[in-house]
Amino acid sequence: MFDAVADNITFLLGGFGVTLQLSFFALTGGIALGALVGLGRISKNKWVYQPITLYVNFIRNLPLLLVIFWFYFVMPIIAGRPLNPFLSAVIAFIIFEATYFGEIFRAGYQSISKDLSAAAYSTGMTYAQTARYILVPIAFRRMLPSLITQSIVTFQDTSLAFVIGLQEFVRRTSIVDNLEVRSIQLYGFVAVVFFIFCFIGSKISRHFEEKGRKTGLL
Amino acid sequence: MIEIKNVSKRFGDFKVLSDINETVERGQTMVICGPSGSGKSTLLRCVNGLEPYQEGEIIVDGVSLSDPKTNLYKLRENIGMVFQRFELYPHMTVLQNISLAPMKVRKWSKEKAQKKAVELLERVGIPEKAQSYPANLSGGQQQRVAIARSLAMEPNYMMFDEPTSALDPEMIKEVLDVMINLAKEGMTMLCVTHEMGFAREVADEIIFMDFGRIVERGTYEEFFNNPQSERAKEFLKQIL
Repeated sequence: MFDAVADNITFLLGGFGVTLQLSFFALTGGIALGALVGLGRISKNKWVYQPITLYVNFIRNLPLLLVIFWFYFVMPIIAGRPLNPFLSAVIAFIIFEATYFGEIFRAGYQSISKDLSAAAYSTGMTYAQTARYILVPIAFRRMLPSLITQSIVTFQDTSLAFVIGLQEFVRRTSIVDNLEVRSIQLYGFVAVVFFIFCFIGSKISRHFEEKGRKTGLL
Repeated sequence: MIEIKNVSKRFGDFKVLSDINETVERGQTMVICGPSGSGKSTLLRCVNGLEPYQEGEIIVDGVSLSDPKTNLYKLRENIGMVFQRFELYPHMTVLQNISLAPMKVRKWSKEKAQKKAVELLERVGIPEKAQSYPANLSGGQQQRVAIARSLAMEPNYMMFDEPTSALDPEMIKEVLDVMINLAKEGMTMLCVTHEMGFAREVADEIIFMDFGRIVERGTYEEFFNNPQSERAKEFLKQIL
């Protein structure tokens, strides 16, 4: 009954490995850049605020698929050499997801009272120190459930990288399907794997939400 | 010494501070009182550069805040500030709250900063709370930690912005006791407060503000027994 999956399991799981790697780089890069983008979005300096707001509004109003495509075709012109699909996908995802994570962080920073940062400044800490030790950690903890939810979305979206020929999970499944022609079984397997990972992720998100409520941080 | 000379501040058309003149000598305790919205907190925030002002000049130990070359971060290292709602870092233990700035700003070693933090916690009477998180402390305890956090930088000045007005009555005394000791040890303090018992005990001068102006100034006895303005008389009637 699961013969098509069983016969090609190493090849398929190899694809899932690529999906996990892409997710890992997209998330670490996207969250790190998003923390900075969020700071830019609350900046009083218009030379910081305006370009970052333009970037966020521009990217958020484009379909992810287009951003992936665009990067794949435009980056070689900018970089002067062809990029491999994996690197191209990683960059596209970081740039795209950082706008979403950025808005989550912005909400997190805005939930922190002005007096709390004033308290940090009043001990002589600089803006960079206040951001690093106070604003980012508190926003991160408060926004952890939203960050996990967005991470799950990112994880699911990595399958879009198959359009530029990246051999991730879905791409490899379609390759197997072209040979075996067992679409329902093969794509059913993909669905089950994605579901299990995302379901666990949403449970973790829920756990942190309740924990945050208990410690009074939310 | 803190010198405030002809300082005015506007939010749009609204004048929050007009023509403030005041000098605080080292070792003095000044109490600022007045109705809400009279500009007391704004004045404190101007003194450590948390708020800009448009006219006049504030000079702290000879350094003018109006000078664009003045490093406000550096200036604030010497001016501690305590807030109405404590503003402790909720994700850090009490010990971390107190030792963060000495480590990051003064570049002290972790050992030195923590030793100092423990000393300060003993001084404010809650050494057993070092490993607690702010959410697990009472308001009075949180405010004492906030005072310890400011003192950890060994500032020359301490400013208090209504430090007891968010506290339950039974916790006010424990915070005031810490402040009274500080004043008696010779700390230079600017306190926005309506605690007249505190003012009587330690204030060298009381200023009364209304609509962004200093309406009245004097010693506790002068202000209390012989207020000049109608506004101050009315105010005293209300808070007593």
